Amino acid sequence: MDLSNPPGAPAPARTVLASADIDRALTRIAHEILETNKGAADLVLMGIPRRGYPLARRLADKIAAADPSVDPAAIVGQLDVTMFRDDLARQPTRTPHATEVPLSGIDDKVVVLVDDVLYSGRTIRAALDALVDLGRPRVVRLAVLVDRGHRELPIRADHVGKNLPTAIVEKVRVHLRETDLPAVDEVVIEGTL
Amino acid sequence: MRHLLSTRDLSRADALAILDTAEQMAAVSQREVKKLPALRGRTVVNLFFEDSTRTRISFEAAAKRLSADVINFSAKGSSVSKGESLKDTAQTLEAIGADAVVIRHGSSGAPARLAGSGWINAAVLNAGDGTHEHPTQALLDAFTMRRHWAKLHGTASTGTDLTGMHVVIVGDVLHSRVARSDLWLLRTLGATVTLVAPPTLLPFGVESWPCEVSYDLDAALETGPDAVMMLRVQGERMQSAFFPSVREYSRRWGFDDVRLDRLDTLGLKDTILLHPGPMNRGLEISSRAADSPRATILEQVSNGVSVRMAALYLLLSGENTPAGTATLENSQ
Amino acid sequence: MNTQNPNAPAAAVTYLIRNASILGRDTADLLIRGGLITAVGPALDAPEDAKVIDAAGLIALPGMVDLHTHLREPGREDAETVETGTRAAALGGFTAVHAMANSNPVADTAGVVEQVHSLGRRSGWVDVRPVGAVTVGLEGEQLAELGAMADSRARVRVFSDDGKCVSDPVLMRRALEYVKAFDGVIAQHAQEPRLTEGAQMNEGDVSAVLGLAGWPAVAEESIIARDVLLAQHTGSRLHVCHVSTAGSVEIIRWAKERGVRVTAEVTPHHLLLTDELVRSYDPVYKVNPPLRTAADVEALRRGLADGTIDIVGTDHAPHPSEHKECEWAQAAMGMTGLETALSVVQHTMIDTGMMDWEGFARVTSVTPAVIGAVETQGRPLAAGEPANVILVNPSARRTVDPNKMASKGRNSPFAGLELPGLVQATFFAGHPTVLDAALNTPHPVSTEESAWIA
Repeated sequence: MDLSNPPGAPAPARTVLASADIDRALTRIAHEILETNKGAADLVLMGIPRRGYPLARRLADKIAAADPSVDPAAIVGQLDVTMFRDDLARQPTRTPHATEVPLSGIDDKVVVLVDDVLYSGRTIRAALDALVDLGRPRVVRLAVLVDRGHRELPIRADHVGKNLPTAIVEKVRVHLRETDLPAVDEVVIEGTL
Repeated sequence: MRHLLSTRDLSRADALAILDTAEQMAAVSQREVKKLPALRGRTVVNLFFEDSTRTRISFEAAAKRLSADVINFSAKGSSVSKGESLKDTAQTLEAIGADAVVIRHGSSGAPARLAGSGWINAAVLNAGDGTHEHPTQALLDAFTMRRHWAKLHGTASTGTDLTGMHVVIVGDVLHSRVARSDLWLLRTLGATVTLVAPPTLLPFGVESWPCEVSYDLDAALETGPDAVMMLRVQGERMQSAFFPSVREYSRRWGFDDVRLDRLDTLGLKDTILLHPGPMNRGLEISSRAADSPRATILEQVSNGVSVRMAALYLLLSGENTPAGTATLENSQ
Repeated sequence: MNTQNPNAPAAAVTYLIRNASILGRDTADLLIRGGLITAVGPALDAPEDAKVIDAAGLIALPGMVDLHTHLREPGREDAETVETGTRAAALGGFTAVHAMANSNPVADTAGVVEQVHSLGRRSGWVDVRPVGAVTVGLEGEQLAELGAMADSRARVRVFSDDGKCVSDPVLMRRALEYVKAFDGVIAQHAQEPRLTEGAQMNEGDVSAVLGLAGWPAVAEESIIARDVLLAQHTGSRLHVCHVSTAGSVEIIRWAKERGVRVTAEVTPHHLLLTDELVRSYDPVYKVNPPLRTAADVEALRRGLADGTIDIVGTDHAPHPSEHKECEWAQAAMGMTGLETALSVVQHTMIDTGMMDWEGFARVTSVTPAVIGAVETQGRPLAAGEPANVILVNPSARRTVDPNKMASKGRNSPFAGLELPGLVQATFFAGHPTVLDAALNTPHPVSTEESAWIA
């Protein structure tokens, strides 16, 4: 399958979420998480590198804003899933990122996995495996900024910033000021015919 | 990176990728579940033509922590000792379906031969060949030094190199694969190196190597090294007239108690002492020095597993999709 | 064109070579009949029965004489036989080869040298001259029966323990003295054994990095220095095999200036290749003496050009593939060379302007024949001389493919290199063993007694 554009044609890109849209979506997700969990007790947000981690930190900040008893730094962690992927031999070699678990651990916690885009579901499958090796959460939920469809596994998100119907040839790009240059927040679709 | 044969041809980027990945591997080794599924279903063969329990165990632990299947193939008692050629052994391993071959061999260049001959498609990891190289030892040494260096500077290890570090390597450089691998890698990572040895145990042409050379250990210590690496010296070298006696060697080039105390007098409180093992206590290193807080010898052993995990992972996880098959961007 | 009849006596076919450039200079015709060159000159009349060979653009040279060939027979017929080795020689432009003594059994008795000699005569591709061992079994302890070998039907004049050095100075002195009785020459493999224990490659920057035990230049130079002094002291003839270092060239130059009767040889591979190639750890580059540095290569070329080094000897050393398809340290030393010698010498000496084709004839034919006392070889291309002649196309280029060679050995370090020069034809004692750059037929009287190859 050739995903490249015809020679000479610039990649058509279309912004579907701007900075303010992203912020609104995260605020809504933060409130949904608190609502579902009936408060901030036992909450741990595990961001999946690279862009899931800054999103988890932003969500933690918003949760702390809603509930001042929460220390945002104490409920955020990072979960690297590289070693658990099922496509290691089909992709260029990836250098793994760090996995960082909050001091409280994840045993008997409510762990919310945070990622930028939900697509095939394979990353989340890997994340669930990675999580099991770290401990035994009471509940695992999933929050994503964008759900673009085309699932290959029986996985769904509990909290979605925006459902984005896409064609399989299109690419969804999330840019965050923490991870990307230029440092702007936006979600764009590339390769639209 | 297709094979890991020497540190001389290892780029700075590849060296840092291995060291950074090793940091993550080290973190896994701290966890209760010390296992990753990354190499599930892959077969790693430890092909050891020389006895080296330490290195073999380290590679075995590394491969098992990555969930690979491990086959230990010792040349002793096998068909190899009955005259089977390296070529036939390689083709046998290929037929068995080895994805990686970790080879320890008494002949310099045997891993390069295995990798370049077309006898086998597996990734080849040099676990020490003759008096040529021992790249994973150098990587674990560099990993140990980098952690020390980063801690001294209050920074994270990951992503940093050894710029500004001064390392003294002491002993039988001529016959040492560790010294060669260490030198090339330390230079690539920005450290400066001084080799200290009796003139008989330095290779011909060492003047052209990118390092300082000294025959005087005390003078080298006075230059204030950040790390001192002691090499194993074989007493048998005495028979070939490389030095007059073990005692004379030990007095001039051994890291003894006097030199250990000397580091304090020189105000070198942060200088660490490395040894690739196994040590000859009382010959190239005194017991007190080996057991002192400066010694990183056990740290080196545990770092060895992390570095070997990283090397195995990076060599075996790469793209091996048949040409022409597209890889879907499903990493999102 | 006459049909080839391999059973016809040599005298029966007359060859007229048209418009060959004699030694790379004037163009002339050569008439070959009855094993001799019968006429040389412009526009010779073609006898009615003559087979005419158009040699326009080709250079006529005396057949090459190799003073240093390993034919492996008897003992290692899996590596090479006299038959396959001499086919390779003919294709390479040789009309005589000296078969080194390190066969199994060692050529240290009249019986063995006569066997090799008769195998050569039977094959009929080139003149095979056995080299006799200096010491019994090449052991370096007791002189072999040099006189018996000299008096044998093989008429041995060159003695060598090649592969091993006659390192005992007393033994070397005695050998040098003894062969004066029959104008023999000792061809020394100069290698101080203690300095080269376990040696794997040239000792230098590359060996230091590769961790391979070094073969220092001094191990060759110290033996050559000793031997030229011994040769001076005894007044004997000394030949130094496969000189490989710049220092050796200097010592030989010094000895020649002092009138020492020393001759020296260089191999084609030492004229072209350096120890940088060993970085691959491919044992095809493993040879003894080892490949040296670029500075040594340069000194060897200059030495050959100025006459300090007298001859090119191939040190053709075929090995079965299993002796090269292994680790470096376990691999056998040696390279094939008969079928590439001319090309390598043209490439390194002639195409660089360091030597002309007359010089080529001197170092590959005339002088080796003199050193080896082979009267019928290395002669001028003139009427009345034995017809050992080759025709060379200097503008042809080819990529070396060991699999296409006549030698059993596939261990050519030149594999894959594009080299100049092609042996278009080889006339051995008046008979074309090679025509159109391919093997023709062996000398038709090869199974009979013949004065030409006696």
